[in-house]
Formats: sequence, C-alpha cells, structure tokens
Amino acid sequence: MGESGGEVLVSEKVSKRYLPGGPFAVKEVDLRLRAGEVVSMVGPNGAGKSTLVQMMLGLLIPDGGSIRIFGRDVVAERRRIAHRINYASTDLSLPYALTVRENLLTYALIYNMKRPRERVSRLLALLGLESFADRKVGALSTGQVARMGIAKALVNDPEILFLDEPTATLDPEVSGQLRHLLAGMVRERGMALLYTSHNMREVERFSDRIVLMREGEIAAQGTAASLMERYKTQDLEALFLLLAERKDVAVA
Amino acid sequence: MPDGPEPVSLFAWRPMAGILYRQAVLYRRSLPRWMEIFYWPLLDLLVWGFLTLYLKRIPSFLPSAVVSLLGALLLWDMLYRAQQGISVMFLEEIWSRNLIHLLVAPVTPYHIVFAAIVSSFGKVLLSSTVAATLAYFLFSFKIFSLGIDLLFFIGALLAMGWALGIMTTAVILRFGQEAEVLAWGVIFLFQPFSAVFNPVAVLPPFAAALSRFVPASYVFEGMRSLLTVGTMPLRDLFMAYLLDGVYMAGAVFLYAGVIRRARRRGFHLKLGS
Repeated sequence: MGESGGEVLVSEKVSKRYLPGGPFAVKEVDLRLRAGEVVSMVGPNGAGKSTLVQMMLGLLIPDGGSIRIFGRDVVAERRRIAHRINYASTDLSLPYALTVRENLLTYALIYNMKRPRERVSRLLALLGLESFADRKVGALSTGQVARMGIAKALVNDPEILFLDEPTATLDPEVSGQLRHLLAGMVRERGMALLYTSHNMREVERFSDRIVLMREGEIAAQGTAASLMERYKTQDLEALFLLLAERKDVAVA
Repeated sequence: MPDGPEPVSLFAWRPMAGILYRQAVLYRRSLPRWMEIFYWPLLDLLVWGFLTLYLKRIPSFLPSAVVSLLGALLLWDMLYRAQQGISVMFLEEIWSRNLIHLLVAPVTPYHIVFAAIVSSFGKVLLSSTVAATLAYFLFSFKIFSLGIDLLFFIGALLAMGWALGIMTTAVILRFGQEAEVLAWGVIFLFQPFSAVFNPVAVLPPFAAALSRFVPASYVFEGMRSLLTVGTMPLRDLFMAYLLDGVYMAGAVFLYAGVIRRARRRGFHLKLGS
C-alpha cells in the first residue's frame, strides 16, 4: 500500500555524510514520489543524486531523516520493499559469461517470480532483445548492455523504478523506444519512475516533475515550464547552468 | 498481478536457485573453470603420489605414513576449495559489476553467503570425487580405508574453510579488490599450523601453541590417529567442531559488521568500478 495521496515514496529531511564531520553529500532533502509519476533528478556531478537514490534503495543508511517506501521504513524493512522496486544504472553490468536470457532468468528467480522462463520471454520481446537473447553479455555493445540492464530492472514488474542515466549509452532511436515503453508502463500500470539524467531535452519531454540538485540540496523543483518561467531561462540547459554555476542564485 | 513477485522469505528457494543457476551456467560452458576444479588436485596428486611411490621403497618407511600423506593431501584440497568457493564467488560478483544488483534485490547478504556455501560444497564434492578416484587408480589409495568416520573430520574441515571464506569476503568487501589476494592466499597462512603432513609434536613450541587454535590441526591429527590406532579420536573431533563454531561465529560477526559499516560509509558502492 502506498501512503496517503498515492505517495509511494516519502523522504523527509534526509541527510548523508560519508565521513563524520565531512561535507554533506545530501542535506535535509524532502522528496515525494506518487504512483504513476515520472520524476527526473538533474544536477552537476557530485550534487548528491546518486547518493540519494542509493539511500532510497537501501544501499546506504541516511545519517538523518527518514525514507519511507509504500509506507515502510527503507532501513528497517528493506526486505519487505525490495521485491516491489528495481534499479538500473549504466555503471552496473551483469555477468559477462552468461547470455542475456540466462542473466534475466537468474534475476527472475532471485526476485522470486513465478513462471520465470515465461517472464523472461515476455521481457525479451518487450525490450526488443530477442535477436541477441542467446548472446553472451561480453559480446554485446554498450547500448545492448544498457537495454539488458533495463530489462533486468523490469523483471519484477516494479512499482517504483529507479534509473541512473538510462539512455546515456543509447542511440536516439532506441532512447525514444525506451521512453515510449516506460511511459506506457507509467500510464498503464501506475509505475513511478525516478531517474537521473544529463540529457536536458529528454528530461524536459519525459518528466512530470524535475528536481534540480546542487551541493547535496534540492535547488529547485517543479515542471519544466514552471522552472523556466520562475528562473526566466529559455530552456532547461540554461537553467541547469544557471543553478549549477551561479551559487548566488536563490533556490526555491 | 497473477505472476507478480512475492516478498522473499529467508528460506525462499527461488532466489537461492537463481544464484546457484548462474554458477551452474558459468561452469557448464567454461573449460578454464573445469580445469581449475581438476587441474590443481590432479597435479598435487601426481607430485605427492610419485613421492609416496619412492617412499614405499625405503624399507624403514612406515606404510601408514604413505597413506597419511595422500589422505592429508586430499583433505587439504577440500579445505582449500571450501574457502576459495566462497571468496571467489563473491569476487566474481565484483568483477562483473553485478554486486549492487544483488544488494538491491530482495535477498539478504546471508542468502548470498548461503548460496556460496552450497555452491562450494558442490565443487568440493566434484573435485574430491575425481581426486579420490584418481588416487585409487594411480596409486591404489582408498580414501575411506581410513574409515567412514573420516566424514566427520571432512565436515569439520569444510566448516573451517567456509568460515575463512566468509572472513575473506568481509575483508574484500571492506578493503576492495586490493585484498583479493586473500582469496587465494589466506588458507596458506594456516597451513604451517594445521599439521597437515606432520604431527603437532614435531612443531616448535610457538607453532604447536598456535596449532591448538586451528581446527584443521585436530582434523589431521585425528586422521593420523585413525590410521595408527584405528579408533575415532573423539576429543580431536570435538575440539575441531568447537573451534569451527568459534571461527564461524567470528566470521558471521565480522561479515555482519562490515555490511553494517558499508551501508553507513558506502565503500561497497565503489567495488568493481
């Protein structure tokens, strides 16, 4: 069950420092995500996006604040949440010596899916991976590995999907297909999608809400149109540069 | 969702089957992996087997000592493989940049370790069966001429190997791939004090004192006792399992501590990148 108002993720005053007394990687971040919502997080490298996502996934424990997913505390009840969420990142891969099909079957089993082979066949078709389903990961192109990673992230029909730069290594055509696929899942199944990206055009077209992070804090958030209007910029790229480079610009 | 996911209990079989399935596939088509299982035991067996052929020709040499050498060799290999099975499986997750996928999945670090233990048991069983068969055909050595009681000692050795494997995994998780040399080397730190080929009685005092804290020393002493006296040395067996219990508790404590610390400091997120 989600929290009131269809909120599936609520982070309140979440902070993280990697070293005691060191700089904040994330500082008092409040962020909410609703079912069926696409939220993109943008910000310069080191802004705290990945750290925040890693805390939401239970990979890191916040120093302060709390993160609740489906009303459950991520730190205390990760195992009761993990089967309903998933994650893909271009930084990660899957064992090179296995084929795409074998890797997906591994994760269908790990996620305790019933009829795992059928599930894998459906995913291969859904992501257009059938032509190289029986090829070893080590023989795939970077873009194909990224698509396989996304297939893995969809293996359990997640209710919240976290994607770290999902289209960074994909060509425009495949990126478009992937966005179309994800948009369908968001629309039809009410999946919530939280993703990070440096592709401002994609962010602008694809997101319901944009969260701009700077130095561990949320510098601004809203729809693309509302943000551009508030900061009087022509496009998101200009807004990104404004907030990233000009620390004197007030946050909202 | 009719075929949707269910919460994963600690005893769910599918996640475990998933991790083991992957190991099985890796071995199914990899010749170097099969060689790794059989290559070293075979070479060791040949070297030590030929030595025993020579020793048998020395009139003053006791036949039981020859049996003891080959028996010790086979048992040592089981210990080595039990430890390595855990550590190397973990390293493979790091090398393939897959560890984070597993940590995000609805399995606990204990599922991963338990799957590694099952997988390592399979490898030990396979390589030991082959080595014991070769020892029989090449050197007429029957491992169970030492008695079926030997199985209890083998159990104690495997438990020590797994405890050391978990400790090594914890250290690799903490210090990263710089510590991966431990996966291959840590067991040899224990070898001089394990009384593998020689009785504890011949060790210098400091080494003999250290060997009292090594479960394997009781196993190998027990094996020799089985050979010479022919009865089960229950005290050795008890001490081996007692120390195994201490090692395993220490290993789980260390592993849990490192996982807890990793989730605070994030050092596991950089592994393999």
